[in-house]
Amino acid sequence: MYVAVKGGERAILNSHKLVAEERRGDPALAELDVRQIVEQFRLAVDRVMTEGSVYDPELAALALKQAQGDAVEAIFLLRAYRTTLPRFAVSRPIETRRMAVRRRVSAAYKDVPGGQVLGPTYDYTHRLLDFALAAEGGVGAPEADLAEETLPDAMPPVLDILDGENLIEREFADREGESVFDLTRESLSFPAGRDQRLQNLARGDEGFVLGLAYSTTRGYGGSHPFVGEVRLGETAVEITPEELGFSIEIGDITVTECQMINQFKGTAEKPAQFTRGYGLSFGHGERKAMSMALVDRAMRCRELGEDALYPAQDEEFVLSHSDNIEAVGFVTHFKLPHYVDFQAELELVRRLRAEHATRVGRDGELREAAE
Amino acid sequence: MTAQAAIKDGDAGIADRRRWMGVLARAGREELEEAWTALPSKPAHRFMRAPEIGLVMVQARAGGSGNPFNLGEMTVTRCALRLDSGVVGFGYVQGRDKRRAELAAAFDALLQTPETRDEVLRGVVEKLAAAQAERRALRSRKAASTKVEFFTMVRGDNPR
Amino acid sequence: MTLAIDARDLAPGFADPVFDSQSAFRAIMNAIAYPGRIERFRRPVAAPAGLSPAAATIALTLCDFETPLWLDESAATEAAVAYLRFHSGAPIVDHAGRARFCIIGGAASALPLHAFHAGEDKYPDRSATLIIEAQSLTSGAPRRWRGPGIKGERVVGVGGMKDSFWDEWTLNQTLYPLGVDVFFACGEEIVGLPRGVATEA
Repeated sequence: MYVAVKGGERAILNSHKLVAEERRGDPALAELDVRQIVEQFRLAVDRVMTEGSVYDPELAALALKQAQGDAVEAIFLLRAYRTTLPRFAVSRPIETRRMAVRRRVSAAYKDVPGGQVLGPTYDYTHRLLDFALAAEGGVGAPEADLAEETLPDAMPPVLDILDGENLIEREFADREGESVFDLTRESLSFPAGRDQRLQNLARGDEGFVLGLAYSTTRGYGGSHPFVGEVRLGETAVEITPEELGFSIEIGDITVTECQMINQFKGTAEKPAQFTRGYGLSFGHGERKAMSMALVDRAMRCRELGEDALYPAQDEEFVLSHSDNIEAVGFVTHFKLPHYVDFQAELELVRRLRAEHATRVGRDGELREAAE
Repeated sequence: MTAQAAIKDGDAGIADRRRWMGVLARAGREELEEAWTALPSKPAHRFMRAPEIGLVMVQARAGGSGNPFNLGEMTVTRCALRLDSGVVGFGYVQGRDKRRAELAAAFDALLQTPETRDEVLRGVVEKLAAAQAERRALRSRKAASTKVEFFTMVRGDNPR
Repeated sequence: MTLAIDARDLAPGFADPVFDSQSAFRAIMNAIAYPGRIERFRRPVAAPAGLSPAAATIALTLCDFETPLWLDESAATEAAVAYLRFHSGAPIVDHAGRARFCIIGGAASALPLHAFHAGEDKYPDRSATLIIEAQSLTSGAPRRWRGPGIKGERVVGVGGMKDSFWDEWTLNQTLYPLGVDVFFACGEEIVGLPRGVATEA
């Protein structure tokens, strides 16, 4: 229960002023430019876009600046902003197979056409703090090497090319033309289709999805995954505006995709075959895409005839708790005034204690009388 | 259906128009401004739909080739304007830059106008497309420099 | 692939899309909240041939690319179809039963109300909203309206409806919570008739 409490206006206004001052920090230092955040904090920007569920690097950077770098607060700001905009269209499904690849590795196959392309990755860094980055004057303008040749214009998915024996399940589109679940328009509904699960995971909190993914590989899901492929790059977005009547490309977005190969499965009727999980994020979000792919696979248990025994396999548990904005709203609302609530409970505890004291006293008297 | 094709006889085909709209959508604000400034004569136009910011829901496919799902939205700005000649141009561009959408729409209208098409194709669209191809190639060559050359691999076994 | 619109002769939509559509939305909301009360659009759009400004204003305010729109023969002029597709982005559908919004120009010969989508048990809100061009909102045969949003009763005289319309409306009411909702449009004015309202002569 909430009570309207008056008198906080000035305190709130002054709190906003205090936040503004603290956000700015030492005014003797240069103020951060949003473009600097876009360029130099790109991975934070990418996370905010993915979980804020709006692809717009400048907006995500602005949100990060406003939230003093707090990713979840920035995600909240972006989610709030999107509600002010009309939706013009739904895109055609992006074609990640036509991505302009900047990174593509496979842990399952060594020799993949086009090669293992590491791209910009921290995987092979030593995780030693680089004090050169803190040095006065900065790092100047480092330059990457340039190969003679570009990568191929399009790299078909590794699993499509290399699984000639059909040992890995294929993904087919057999619901073409049917409506696609949209969490921004409908609330969760169970049992959830894969469309609902994937959208929920794509928007889901990275830490939560990562923890669940980890659990599936540690005995809470029986996962034995191999990364079939992780790829990063730019993909065109295509829409068909009603007034044009034909499709047009409106730009390119950066996405990270993970095709995870997982435990195989066979029945008397069907020979053994590896199964798959899928992850996709805006920007460079490899940890998120891989986690998503593992949890996607775990939640496919029903469809694949497995028992749902563990948290990551329980779609109602996962989907209901993955959204950090909902979670933050609920967890942190407890700090709002609950004065009357609490007074009522205090009253109850006082009464219980009084009753207890009376009972103990009476029992004591009875005992004495009996002796 | 009473609607009719906007592309009339003598006008460009849809394939051409899709291509130039894609190129214009990817062009930067400065590039478009520069190209606009360089036009010998700028046609008068009025908005049929003033530049407007909105969202497009981006869909992807489960497993890359399976059934569609909603990944998340992206910002987009659109504009429709009409030249004095009556030709209508459309701009749909990623992001929230209204001027970019306006310029994209203006060029789309000029490209549908037979008298200006060739000049704008050559002077604007092809230049923008070349710059975009160059940027893409540069990114790709940087990525290609990080390709692993396994010791055990014989070059001849690994056709590009 | 749908055909493109010939946008060359299109009339403009809202002069100020944000504020004009908000003002229109307010009027539409009032019309459905106070059934039978006449609401006038203060900043209507200039309608194309075949549509009243009120009907066009409702369509531009409520329709978008996710709300299939159906027009009867007298509303579906070339100008109206091109105008609505361009400004609202709504796909025009051939079957009345598949539309979320329906514009009926010929009220006197309209399809029966059961031809329109009445919603689904789980989602009664997915029903069709009918925009009917009325000859008048005041000088038709008076009927007494009762229901939520009306204190006591209100006498409304919508003109130009076919004789069977009000019987169909009574039938529509038996479907509650399913059923269609109606806006009567005339000039720059509208009257709302939500599914919960009962009428009698």
